[in-house]
Amino acid sequence: MDLPPITNGFELVYKKPQTLTETPMHYCPGCGHGVVHRVLMEVIEEMGIQDRTIGVAPVGCSVFAYDYMNVDMQEAAHGRASAVATGIKRVLPDRFVYSYQGDGDLAAIGTAETIHTVNRGENILMVFINNGIYGMTGGQMAPTSILGMKTTTSPFGRDSKLAGHPLKITNLIAQLPGAFYVTRHAVHTANAVRKLKKAIHSSFEYQLLNKGTCFIEVLSNCPSGWKMTPAESNKWLEENMFPIYPLGDLKTPSQTMN
Amino acid sequence: MPTHKEKSEVLLMKGNEALAEAAFRAGLQAYFGYPITPQSEVIEYLMAEQPKHDCVVLQAESEVAAINMIFGASGAGARVMTSSSGPGISLMQEGISYMAASQLPCLIVNVQRGGPGLGTIQPSQGDYFQATKGGGHGDYRLIVLAPASVQEMADFVFDGFRLAEKYRNPAMILTDGALGQMMEKLEMPPKGSLPYPETPWATTGKRKDRKRNVVTSLFMQPEKMEEVNLHLQEKYRLIEETEVRYEEIDVDDADVLLVAFGLVARICEKAMHLAREKGLRVGLLRPITLFPYPSKRLAELSSKVGSVLTVEMNAGQMLEDVRLAVEGRCPVHFKGRMGGMIPSPEEVLEAIEAIPAKLHVELQR
Repeated sequence: MDLPPITNGFELVYKKPQTLTETPMHYCPGCGHGVVHRVLMEVIEEMGIQDRTIGVAPVGCSVFAYDYMNVDMQEAAHGRASAVATGIKRVLPDRFVYSYQGDGDLAAIGTAETIHTVNRGENILMVFINNGIYGMTGGQMAPTSILGMKTTTSPFGRDSKLAGHPLKITNLIAQLPGAFYVTRHAVHTANAVRKLKKAIHSSFEYQLLNKGTCFIEVLSNCPSGWKMTPAESNKWLEENMFPIYPLGDLKTPSQTMN
Repeated sequence: MPTHKEKSEVLLMKGNEALAEAAFRAGLQAYFGYPITPQSEVIEYLMAEQPKHDCVVLQAESEVAAINMIFGASGAGARVMTSSSGPGISLMQEGISYMAASQLPCLIVNVQRGGPGLGTIQPSQGDYFQATKGGGHGDYRLIVLAPASVQEMADFVFDGFRLAEKYRNPAMILTDGALGQMMEKLEMPPKGSLPYPETPWATTGKRKDRKRNVVTSLFMQPEKMEEVNLHLQEKYRLIEETEVRYEEIDVDDADVLLVAFGLVARICEKAMHLAREKGLRVGLLRPITLFPYPSKRLAELSSKVGSVLTVEMNAGQMLEDVRLAVEGRCPVHFKGRMGGMIPSPEEVLEAIEAIPAKLHVELQR
């Protein structure tokens, strides 16, 4: 009987990419950030582009992203990650540049920068983490909070008359000619994580070909902010977020060509 | 044989355009900005001439975006500049504070207009406090240069880049709408005379032989944040010791010392001559760097002169630095115009002539 290769009595099925630092992540149990960080860094390692990649961290829960991602990074002011990324990419056009932002950063305070960066077709990857809440500041309403959602600044549930509707900024982005690839993912199952990784890989491939802006929204769990267990948050995500923010491609390269 | 671009040229240009041309010659690698009167010629000139140069020129969607593009490009090691006026400079303040804290060099040009608010497009010096005392949040300083001619609009671009890069700190050219718009003859410096500094800290991609570079202004532990602040303060003290610049005219026998910067210093020079024709002994001190301020020299002069007259196109902003330097050694008077009004030499002369009477009144009390 043939046995699989064994090292010191154990089979190596999983290892941390060297594109992640040794710093322990501060994220809460069940939070999606750690998973997104990991797959993003796995792709950078697998493509062998660590020495040509510059990331931009936001303000929000992932403000310390540069402590975990073992690439050159800049820490932007709240909302301005895509403007900072624009500045980097314009002077270093042969490098891979990505921005990483949450919903408050990208879709509230940074809306103008987001729209105009994509409208110019900046040749970067924008990663957008949507968990419908402000985690870092303690669970306030986000532009993407769903109607009826209770947060510390919508204690009776988000009311559209008072606070408007959930902003589907990724749908807006997909309308812009500068956007090359726009897609929405989640990280609540292993299969979803695999699909996200594929999308990140494709985005860097497109960036190499100077195709324009690639924009990936990731629906992410926030068990602490949503005040539920990680397992409950997976169910809540599927039942409440997916109907408003359906997963899948919003703009694919073939559509862009038309 | 050197081409014409490699030696100085005598040109007749608008201040804003001279500044833009000087930026190319000083090796500008990226400009991001947003149009606003009275400085829009800067971006217009750069856009038109950009094809001749290896330089990024981009019109941003706002001044907020522009300063953050500047942040990114500077962090990536490029020689960068932006320009704006009053309201636009106000919008940039958060980004400027981040750049000072992240120790990123850049040149920011403020072609001042009358404020507050939307104000007017006429010249002013109302942004002195904002430029020299911080402007944004936290304890930081800009290196501030105040040109008084189209020649200096060009020359100070070189000085601004040199100082910003030497100290890894944002530098500002604080000028005004009149200097931006007026045409004068100038000797344009040659291209390629300003070498690029080493930027081992820049985010250019983590090579295998070095640790990753991180550009940040976030230091959560108060002990570390204080350490960063102490380093910045040490740097500002060094700048104060090393980089003070000023010009003085006929101060040796002066009874009245005029103190003025930028355009107003030229008006004061004319007023000084008018006063001397009348037998009044008047001298002029023109601070060229507003931070660092020539406090030491002003302190020395204040113990020799009878009184000081500060003249500004604002409600008395540099006046506070003058008083801090003079420390009561002689009376300090002020003449100001605001809201886009430029004082005439005759008005300044009147203010000079009013001084003895004023002093007399003060002695009677």
